Amino acid sequence: MNLSIRQEKNEDVVVLYLSGEIDAFTATKLREELIPLAEMGQTVRVDLSGVDYIDSTGLGVFIGALKATHITEGNLTLVGMSTRIKRLFSITGLDEVIAIDEEGSK
Amino acid sequence: MEQTVQNLEETYKSILQTFLNRKSEQGLYEAQQFSKVLLEHQISPEELVSIHRAVLEELYPSVSVEIVDSLDLLLEVMMGYGLAYREHQSLRDRQIELESQINVAANMQQTLLPKAVPTVDQLDIGVISVPANKMSGDYYHFIQDENECVGVAIADIIGKGVPAALCMSMIKYAMDSLPEQRLQPAALLENLNRVVEQNVDDNMFITMMYGSYDPRTHDFHFSGAGHEPGFFYKASSDQFEELYAKGLVLGVSKRVKFREYSQRVDQGDFIVLLSDGVTESRIGDRFVERAEITNLIRKYMHLSAQELVESVYYELAKLQEFILKDDFTLMIIRRKV
Repeated sequence: MNLSIRQEKNEDVVVLYLSGEIDAFTATKLREELIPLAEMGQTVRVDLSGVDYIDSTGLGVFIGALKATHITEGNLTLVGMSTRIKRLFSITGLDEVIAIDEEGSK
Repeated sequence: MEQTVQNLEETYKSILQTFLNRKSEQGLYEAQQFSKVLLEHQISPEELVSIHRAVLEELYPSVSVEIVDSLDLLLEVMMGYGLAYREHQSLRDRQIELESQINVAANMQQTLLPKAVPTVDQLDIGVISVPANKMSGDYYHFIQDENECVGVAIADIIGKGVPAALCMSMIKYAMDSLPEQRLQPAALLENLNRVVEQNVDDNMFITMMYGSYDPRTHDFHFSGAGHEPGFFYKASSDQFEELYAKGLVLGVSKRVKFREYSQRVDQGDFIVLLSDGVTESRIGDRFVERAEITNLIRKYMHLSAQELVESVYYELAKLQEFILKDDFTLMIIRRKV
């Protein structure tokens, strides 16, 4: 179980490329990268093309980031979800509160 | 204690003497056994060096001063190991203490779950809930009112272990304090959502499905807050359908409206509610398919609801070699007559 995170900053957008699994063990790593960006009011795109599994702790990190962007007027968009992950966001109703860019989905 | 040290010194003396006289394997074996006795008596490495020095001088009064003095040096060096050893001891004691506290908490948590399933003439209800570790993040709840309406809740708190368990007690007390809304699923979830949103950390959330079964009309009214879909088994067509209520998980947003769904239940039909620990059972490196779960339910559906959930649990646990990755809860509500 591993998660690798690559950060790219183009103009006003920070893109996080994730690959691996986001679970109770790797969620801390994601939280440390994502939450400060959200708290700074950044526009963040998270590319999940390389992610094949997210558990509830992983979802919690995205919820935490979403709440932070509400305070700072930042912006969070998720792209590149697999069918399994899209189902997870749909079941939990999070697809209606977090921006999901369908383009770039596989 | 003085007495024991005296005894140990005597024993060590005889072991050393025998060994130096015969240089046999037996002597080395005795030394190994003796080290276990030392650990039992919590004798530190530097204490042993001190014993060694005393015994050596006693047995061989003519031993060279350099050798005796060198043992003093060794004794100093060994003190570091002695400290590490005592630290290890105290960590071990603390671990035992923590473990016993968690056991007490786990027992307390069990008391938050219903002790028995409601008895209603027309219904057969079965439930099993097994934590992956000692404490569980899965929760279920039954409520029965004077009209024999049965309210069922199944919830999954993010994460596992102690934090999830603490959050679970909040849900339990919040549900207990909402009597007037008891049997209206959407209103109940809206109320709970307010409590959860105000009281949890930003990264926490809870998924829940709540339904109310009316045995007079045989309608099941339900609402969902992002919970794993269940199944509905329709006896007339002998088919499983997905039982899903769309809605946002609890604790994310202050104002959320939940939709209420309704399912007519005929004789022989049954409702299956579950936590994602069931659907995320891992077999080798793949996840179990939902169709495999309904196949398992079908295999055992001639049994009573309780035997059914226990049999399905047993088969899924066996496939994972009895090491659950997530808390597992499965509930079945069947209309008998």
